[in-house]
Amino acid sequence: MNILIGGEAGQGLVTVGEILAKSLVRSGYYIVVTQSYMSRIRGGHNTFAIRVSTEEILAPQEPVDLLVALNDETLTLHQKELSSRGRIVADQGCTLEEKNCIKVPYGHLAADKFSNIAALGVVCSLLGLDEALVGRTLEDFFGKKNPGLIEENRRILSEAFRWTSAQPTFAGKLPPLSNPPSRVMMQGNEAIALGAISAGLKFFSFYPMTPSTSIGLTLARLAGKMGLLVEQAEDEIAAINMAIGASFAGAPSMVATSGGGFALMVEGVSLAAMTETPIVIVIAQRPGPATGLPTRTEQGDLNFVLHSGHGEFPRAIFAPGTVEECFDLTRQAFALAENYQGPVFILTDQFLSDSYRSLKPFEVATLPPIQPPIDAVSSDLPYHRFAITDSGVSPRLLPGLSEYLVVAGSDEHTEDGHLTEDLSLRKQMVEKRLKKMDGIRQEVIPPERQGDQNPDLLLVSWGSSKGSCLEAASMMRSSGQRVASLHFSQVWPMVPEQFMGFLQDARQVVGVEGNATGQLASLIRQATGFEFHQRVYRYDGLPITPEYILRLLK
Amino acid sequence: MVTLDAYGNYETAWCPGCGNFSIQKAVKKALVASQLPPHRVLFVSGIGQAAKAPHYLNVNLFDGLHGRSLPVATGAKLTNPGLTVIVESGDGCNYGEGGNHFLAAIRRNIDVTLLVHNNQVYGLTKGQASPTSEPGFITKAQPEGVASVPFNPVAVAVTMRAGFVARAFSGLEDHLSGLIQQAIAHRGFSLIDILQPCVSFNKVNTFSWYKKRCRELPSDYDPKNREAALKVAEEWGDRIPIGVISRNDRPPFEDNFPVLQEGRLVGRQVDRNLLAKVIESYR
Repeated sequence: MNILIGGEAGQGLVTVGEILAKSLVRSGYYIVVTQSYMSRIRGGHNTFAIRVSTEEILAPQEPVDLLVALNDETLTLHQKELSSRGRIVADQGCTLEEKNCIKVPYGHLAADKFSNIAALGVVCSLLGLDEALVGRTLEDFFGKKNPGLIEENRRILSEAFRWTSAQPTFAGKLPPLSNPPSRVMMQGNEAIALGAISAGLKFFSFYPMTPSTSIGLTLARLAGKMGLLVEQAEDEIAAINMAIGASFAGAPSMVATSGGGFALMVEGVSLAAMTETPIVIVIAQRPGPATGLPTRTEQGDLNFVLHSGHGEFPRAIFAPGTVEECFDLTRQAFALAENYQGPVFILTDQFLSDSYRSLKPFEVATLPPIQPPIDAVSSDLPYHRFAITDSGVSPRLLPGLSEYLVVAGSDEHTEDGHLTEDLSLRKQMVEKRLKKMDGIRQEVIPPERQGDQNPDLLLVSWGSSKGSCLEAASMMRSSGQRVASLHFSQVWPMVPEQFMGFLQDARQVVGVEGNATGQLASLIRQATGFEFHQRVYRYDGLPITPEYILRLLK
Repeated sequence: MVTLDAYGNYETAWCPGCGNFSIQKAVKKALVASQLPPHRVLFVSGIGQAAKAPHYLNVNLFDGLHGRSLPVATGAKLTNPGLTVIVESGDGCNYGEGGNHFLAAIRRNIDVTLLVHNNQVYGLTKGQASPTSEPGFITKAQPEGVASVPFNPVAVAVTMRAGFVARAFSGLEDHLSGLIQQAIAHRGFSLIDILQPCVSFNKVNTFSWYKKRCRELPSDYDPKNREAALKVAEEWGDRIPIGVISRNDRPPFEDNFPVLQEGRLVGRQVDRNLLAKVIESYR
């Protein structure tokens, strides 16, 4: 079932959405949340969509089964998206005559500013959720924010449940679960923040930018408790340079931003590479160029990130496809950054950043710790920060922790870190830095293939469109087609041996990407010469859905 | 016992007669007078002739991007507050390219000492105007003369209540050295704007130009008197006051982070039990 709540900013729509989503997860259902909002604090039109299921689901869904309209505009804009069994919950003053419309007397149930809670009560009651469970969730939500509101909210919730139960039976109750799994609810950005903490993050600096900001907010909230330092910098240039300074001094460090902010950070990327300083850089993509659509989604910055930074140096780029991967790949990003001493990227996007999912809590007790390989003492005196080694990785010491002096420079440098214009040494240093790519290449996560062998159709995706590709492939298989999917969670470096066979075994290969030019397809062509046969690209600011893929393939 | 030799002796890439030589000597003397062993000191520099200075010292060094020394220094100091962190770079680096970071560092009051070699010209790129060049100063890039009003770092720092604000002249080496020692000892952000000649590209503000004008503040001058400091900070012309112009006891930025009360961030393990509880809270 797909529930869409629509209204204007400032109506408490996200509050209703989050409490409803959490209540569903606590009741044992699986969810995929899609948030779509305008770049404004009041007014406009925003939606919070929750696809809910008794089985594990991976993607959003387009047809709406329950449309919760907090204003009339929502009806105008979304009525056409209703499925055949779709229902509408609207204020009794609305002019709709349809039988499928449940008209709620919000004015009688609650004062205007609490009508969002009344709507929550009506919807939860219609879905058959337990009032006590929803009430507890409501309390957990407001208990932190505003304890004074709890009593009034509980009263309105009860009123709404009572009113709804007196209405004619509604066909859309969720099937009860006999043995509901115990799960947590988390968005992509929260999982990135927690993955980073689990990997040993100690320093995070940022300049707020949608849709990356919630990473910083999550870390700031947990900083005191988990022993890390979070600083809002004066700009993105300061943010990345601070993180590099912190990392140089020994704190595993991360920054997060979106395309425009990353553009400002780019010189710092090159600095991290030259000074061989570990840093994890998260880019939560949104549509560009320039300010673009600040609150919408796109996968348009792969080329930018891949080529960011002047000069030639190694890098790795991860592109999580699920909230679980946000956690796991952030850990892997830290491991690579610390082991190969340089910049490592995580490319997510607004859809996944803001998408709540139900998931098994991460088992942090059993995870292997990520220990930065920092030498306690170096046997050679004086210490050479950039000693030329077979792997290209030099033994690392930290300034101030021993009598060895640590010197790093952004100029081309000698092994001991001082600037040099010795051109034969320059050549050796270039080769030393690039040598690290061999090690990084050894650790590349192979793309994940699922579905039929020798398929007629192979859907190739990266990042957040993973779930939609998997579901679209599965829907096509159910209708008798031979379909497989190939998903890249790491997009750089490319190891063609890992996937060439899959591309060649398919009759038709389709690139599925959230951009207009097929950036992954171009990258694969560049690396292998392989031309994709079809394209499913989306660049209207909305996430790729299974329905979108099927529509474009027809 | 820390001696001058501990900080090394290097050949430099500077022009003969450059003000950098005496600044370098003053820095060394101040480090020795502060009895800081080299490994406890981290220099951060940017790009420019001044930014090369720490390469000629035995110290920990991060020589980063043009204009971005202060953020790097801030990150390093927050990670390991036990380090004495000194930023050394020029007027272009700190007042031009890094202007926003200069303001932010003052606001934060991070315990970093900022030594600005201010020769009112860009040396490394061969003689363009700097943010402190005087109106009418003619260069190949400003053939009609500089049109903008010069940036007054001292006045800005005093106005923004920077912890420690001083002006110095490279030609008065011992005086400068004493100021650097005080700045290092100050808990909080400290700025020393060091006036110096550029023998190759600034034929106006020469050694003798500065020597004629720079005058030490009287011994009864009170740098904690804000009104007096605001007035002194504006003085520029026939007489340029040098010395500690302003200081206060604002607590340093690091003091705001309870996490640092347990010591530096380096080498701390993740508390997995606590993290497991955090993850549980998402139920």
